[in-house]
Amino acid sequence: MTVVTGVTCPVCGTFCDDIEVVVKDNVITDVRNACAMGAAKFLNYAAHRGLKPLVRKNGELVETSLDEAVGKAAEILADATYPILYGWSSTSCEAIRVGLELAEEVGGVIDNTSTICHGPSILSIHDVGISSCTLGQLRHRADLIFYWASNPWSAHPRHVDRYTTFSEGRFQKSAWKGYLTRLSGVLSRKRLRRAVNLVLRRDIFAAPEVERRLPYSMFQKKRKMVVVDVRKTYTANVADYFIQVEPNKDYELLQAFRMLIRDEELDVGEVAGVPVEILEEVADVMVGCELGVLFFGVGLTMSEGKLRNIDAALSLTRDLNLRTKFLIMPMRGHFNVTGANVVFTWQTGYPYAIDFSHGYPRYNPGETSVVDILCRDEADAGLIVASDPVAHFPLKAAQNLVKNPLIAIDPEVTPTTLMADVVFPSAFVGIETGGTAYRMDHVPLPLKKIVEPPKTCLPDAEILQRILREVRRLRRNQN
Amino acid sequence: MPKVKVSLLTGRTIDQGTGKEMGKLSKEYIESVVICEMDPEDMKFLGIRENNNVKVTTDFGSVVMKAVKSARAPHPKVAFIPYGPWASIIMNPKTHGTGMPSLKGIPAEIEPAPEERVLTLHDLLNQYYREKKS
Repeated sequence: MTVVTGVTCPVCGTFCDDIEVVVKDNVITDVRNACAMGAAKFLNYAAHRGLKPLVRKNGELVETSLDEAVGKAAEILADATYPILYGWSSTSCEAIRVGLELAEEVGGVIDNTSTICHGPSILSIHDVGISSCTLGQLRHRADLIFYWASNPWSAHPRHVDRYTTFSEGRFQKSAWKGYLTRLSGVLSRKRLRRAVNLVLRRDIFAAPEVERRLPYSMFQKKRKMVVVDVRKTYTANVADYFIQVEPNKDYELLQAFRMLIRDEELDVGEVAGVPVEILEEVADVMVGCELGVLFFGVGLTMSEGKLRNIDAALSLTRDLNLRTKFLIMPMRGHFNVTGANVVFTWQTGYPYAIDFSHGYPRYNPGETSVVDILCRDEADAGLIVASDPVAHFPLKAAQNLVKNPLIAIDPEVTPTTLMADVVFPSAFVGIETGGTAYRMDHVPLPLKKIVEPPKTCLPDAEILQRILREVRRLRRNQN
Repeated sequence: MPKVKVSLLTGRTIDQGTGKEMGKLSKEYIESVVICEMDPEDMKFLGIRENNNVKVTTDFGSVVMKAVKSARAPHPKVAFIPYGPWASIIMNPKTHGTGMPSLKGIPAEIEPAPEERVLTLHDLLNQYYREKKS
C-alpha cells in the first residue's frame, strides 16, 4: 500500500493540490482531503469506463483495434470540409496543443467548453479588462467576499474552505467560528419558535419577507461573505448576507451598485426585487472594505444580458477601485478550462471558438462558436475530446452534431460516446496519466499519474498524435 | 389540468456533480438529473406531491421529469433542473451572437403528467438522437 501525496484533483476549477490517494496493487482504495465530487471521481472512475476502441458498423458500435479506429477517425477528418473539434477542458494542456495542430491541419473549427460556460466573460474581458489576482492573495488578504450567481457549495465545494471565507490567511482570519456561532443561533431560534408555536398554536415569529437591515456581522472588522443569487443556495446559508435577485435582473442590480458607490441616488424603491436601503448599506460595506473580491458564476453568463452582465460586473469592480481595492474572478468549471483558454491563446492568439477554414485562425464568437455552427447546421464532422455535448448542448445543436460522423475520445462512457461513430477510451488525465493544467486563477499545476492505465487506454495526447499523423499521411496521398 | 408558469433555471447540484464522476450511466447520476426542483406552493397549486411526474414545456420542447420540493425555497414561480440530457432537451439554443445558449431564466410551463413516464437515458437517446444517425 502506498500513499501518494500532493495530488491535484482533476474535477473542478478550484483544482485542489493537497489530495492524498491510497493505492494498493494499482487500485485506489482511499482518498483524503477531497470533496464529494473529487472523492467520487478517484474512487469510482473505473466503474463505467470503456476499455477498447469502438467503431460503428451497421448501426452498432463494435470493438476494433486501435489502428483501425485511428484510420477511421483520420478518414472522417480528412474527408470533412468543416469539422468541429470540441471539448478540451478536462484534458491536459499537452493534449490541447496537439488538438490545435490537428484543427489547423484539417481546416476545422476548434472550440472549448468555455463557449457554453464563461465565453461571454471572456468577450467582456476583451471589452472592459479585468482586475484580478491569484487565489493565494485572496486567501491571505481579502476581507469582503462576494459570490455572485455562483454556488461554490455545489460546484466548487472546497473553494470557500481553501481560498476565501473559511481559509486561515496571514492577514485575515477564518470566519469559520463566526459562522458556527451564527448557525447555533439560528438553530436555537428555530427550536424556540417551534416550542412557542406549539404552546400558543400560532406563529408569532413570522419574519418579514425581506430583512430591511443588514446583520451585525456585516459591520464587524473581519472577513465577510455576501451571496447574490436567484435562489437561497447552500452557499447563501453560510454567508453573512444573502441578496435574492429576481431571475434575469442581475444587470440592473450591478448597475444600481455602480450608481450607489459613485454616490448617485436611486429614484426607485427597489431594484431587481431588493429594497434600495439594503443596497445602500451593502454599497457602504463594499466601499469600506480593505480588499474585496467578486467571484461570479455562470448565473451571469447564461441568463439574459450574457456578456453585458459581465460588463457591468467588471465595471463595478473598476469603479470600486476608485474608492478601495477590489478584484474580480470568474468561477471556472472544469479543472483545465482555464488551461484550454491559455493554450488556445498562446498557439493562435484567441481563447476559444477558432476557425481554421481559411488556413489561418479566425475568431468571431457568435459565428465561429460551436453551438452557432451546429444550429446553422454547417459542420460535417465532429471530434469530441473529454466532453459530453450530447448531454449538455441544447437539443438542436446536439442533434446536428450526432447526425454527422462523430469521433469521441473520452475515458468514460457518456451519451456522446454512445452516439459516436468512432470511440477511443483514453486514460484518465490526473489519475492514469500526467500533464499540466491551469487553476481558475491561471496558475499552472502538474497533474499526477497515480496508477497505470489499462494497456488499451492511451493518453489523449498520444491518441491525437496518432490521428494527426494518419491525417497527414492521408492528405499527402490525396495530393 | 392546472399549469404554472415559471422561470426555468439549470445548474450544478452537488448530487449531479458527484453522480457525473461516478459515471454518466450510473444510477446516482440519472437520479440526480431527472428532477425538477419546485417551490412547495407551486406544487400545491398543481396538486402534486414529491416525485410525481410533471411535464416541463418551453418554446423549444417538453420533457417529463420528477417534481421534487426545493430545499432552497421559497422561490415562487422559479423552477430548477440540474444540467443533464433531460434539461438540454428544453433549453434555448439561441446565443444572441455570443456563442452562449440561454440556459437560465427561460420562460416555461409546468403541468402534472400522471399518465406520462420519465424517459430512461436509453429511450431518450433513441427518441431524440438515434434516428438522426441514419
